[in-house]
Amino acid sequence: MTTWFESPEAAAARLRETGYLTDDATALTAYLAGALEKPLLVEGPAGVGKTELAKAVARATGAELVRLQCYEGLDEARALYEWNYKKQLLRIQAAGGDQSWSETHDDIFTEEFLLTRPLLGAIRRDEPTVLLVDEVDKTDIEVEGLLLEVLSDFQVTIPELGTVTATRRPFVVLTSNASRELSEAVKRRCLFLHLDYPDAERERAIVTSQVPRLDDKVVAQLVDVVVRLRDLELKKAPSIAESVDWARTLVALQVGDLDEATVARTLGVVLKHSSDQQRAARELKLATR
Amino acid sequence: MSLLDTHIGFVEALRAAGLSVSLAEGLDAISALEKVRWHDRETVRAAYAATLVKRHPQRTTFDAVFDIYYPRLIGSGVAGDGLEPAGGPQDTGPDLERFREALAEALAAGDQQALQDLAVEAVARFGAMPGRGPGLSSWSAYTSLQRVSPGELMDRLVQGLLGQGLDDEQAQRAAGRRIGDFTRLVEGDARRRIAEEKGPEHVAGVTVRPTIDRLDFTAARRSDLEEMRREIYPLARRLAARLTKEQHARRRGPLDVRRTVRASIATGGVPLTTHHRPKRPHRTDLVVLCDVSGSVANFAQFTLMLVFALREAFSGVRAFTFVDDVVEVSDSFRPGADVVEVMESLAGQISQAALWGRTNYGRALTRFAEEHPDAVGPRSSLLVLGDGRSNYSDLALPVLGDLAGRARHAWWLNPEHPRHWGTGDSAADRYGEVVSMVECRNLAQLGEFVHRIV
Repeated sequence: MTTWFESPEAAAARLRETGYLTDDATALTAYLAGALEKPLLVEGPAGVGKTELAKAVARATGAELVRLQCYEGLDEARALYEWNYKKQLLRIQAAGGDQSWSETHDDIFTEEFLLTRPLLGAIRRDEPTVLLVDEVDKTDIEVEGLLLEVLSDFQVTIPELGTVTATRRPFVVLTSNASRELSEAVKRRCLFLHLDYPDAERERAIVTSQVPRLDDKVVAQLVDVVVRLRDLELKKAPSIAESVDWARTLVALQVGDLDEATVARTLGVVLKHSSDQQRAARELKLATR
Repeated sequence: MSLLDTHIGFVEALRAAGLSVSLAEGLDAISALEKVRWHDRETVRAAYAATLVKRHPQRTTFDAVFDIYYPRLIGSGVAGDGLEPAGGPQDTGPDLERFREALAEALAAGDQQALQDLAVEAVARFGAMPGRGPGLSSWSAYTSLQRVSPGELMDRLVQGLLGQGLDDEQAQRAAGRRIGDFTRLVEGDARRRIAEEKGPEHVAGVTVRPTIDRLDFTAARRSDLEEMRREIYPLARRLAARLTKEQHARRRGPLDVRRTVRASIATGGVPLTTHHRPKRPHRTDLVVLCDVSGSVANFAQFTLMLVFALREAFSGVRAFTFVDDVVEVSDSFRPGADVVEVMESLAGQISQAALWGRTNYGRALTRFAEEHPDAVGPRSSLLVLGDGRSNYSDLALPVLGDLAGRARHAWWLNPEHPRHWGTGDSAADRYGEVVSMVECRNLAQLGEFVHRIV
């Protein structure tokens, strides 16, 4: 059994060292996920650092990250394991006709012909592993059923080989944009964390740590504008990722002061709908171009 | 009460408030609490939240129940000894003056700790409602807020904020937010004190509001409406994602021979997987007819917003609003238009839909049939939004029957509970005989319905 983090404070400190600034609730939940060995379901708007949390945990604990990117149509063969049937066919043809059926059968359903996919791979690893199941809400309901065995018992049953149980339980992070409601069964097995936009102080810290070259005064101005933008009723409020992008843009443009003209010129970095841009320009009383 | 009793009571209260907390999750919460230190109340809250709350909208409910079962302090706390209303009226003039002075300072500084303490003091000093006997006394957030009336400090606060270099609008907004926060603190503290006196079970049942997607349109407050409006686009996005997924699942059309044969070459000519042609998705023409009179205006607007946010799922949408006359509002919904603007333009057009200003369904339906005879055809679906309260006027049932007969489908969405249908001047039951009447009281039901008709 691995200890992932010693205490919530240690979790916060070690995540901070890798450049991921958490709030207390996030650090505590990450610590609990490690201590209770339960999967962690992270939900929240796009761009608040859900995937980044899993990566940061992997970096902070020196574990390897195994990633399963979910998409519509993902199935067992691409999530768990698959038999390499082409190789099996070759094996049968190469053996010719002088082997009995049972010999052949025993032979072609062995490790050699098994293609491991992320879920099985993460369970079989002996080293510490962080398993990231990204955008789990994009999959079909059937895949959730498949996840259940993995998430609750950390084992996979392969009919021909038997049950593979994890020697060392991976730290599992599931992320979701809540585009659909996950089933109760999956949620019940997970700890839940809702990541939201950070408060102004933490956002300033994040932007400074990601883009150290930007002047502190500009960072403060930038975060101030972003916080005001989030107050407006926009179709897509700017996320942390977008604030960081904006900061990078300002560094590239060598802006020393974020005045209204600059905001108006670079608003496209943070707002991706034209109606949002118009609304922001009006509410912030920017000079329209 | 032992710690376990509190835990059980807390979980029970969460269940009563509509969170589905399973036995296993309760056990998880206990093992999570074993792993953390209890020196900080927020740690306990976060540990509970991680294990028990699995849907974000439920978080507000959870917080309210948590505050009742695990109160911040007991009585007026250590610092507040001597605040207890002793004998005669303590909320005399000078006291009130002094208190409001302190409150204005704390608001101007935005000092959270001071505000929290002041909220405790406000309830202790000005919110006590002495009862006739022991156990009958209570606390009222309303009374304390009436006495303190933080709203009157608004102007002063705005002036102070202007001095700090904010512009006028920002200052207004910041001031409004701080005063709102203080009001919430006072309400929370009154709940806490009542819970202390009468037992948490008593309070949890009465004061905890349902989550925003289960809140009745007709019971919504102003702040709730804004929150609902923010929910429209996420809801539309969720619905759209669900729709595409379902269409994909159903899109297996006839066998595509060419692709199947091509794929079979890889497996030595054995068609292990078959390929199919996609099916054309079916799209409906939607005609929405909505009552925008005062009683149901919010409901109608939400439905319109949602329908137009899902515009892509329909081949065409036309919207008409009425009070006692009909006006077409389809133009307000340009693709990609701004929510706030649309709401404003809709509100502006309401006056055009009213001739005398009293809802008259019969007249509106007749006018609609006369002026827009081409709107409803065999390929379109008709959707009427309203409570069917027609001020005892003519109902024009045959007109509606004719419209419903011409349309492919016809529904009537009613924001009232079915037990009110047909009471008073409601003609919901009689209209319900002509078109199918659907109950639609909150965002969750609205989402379900829109999903069904697409």
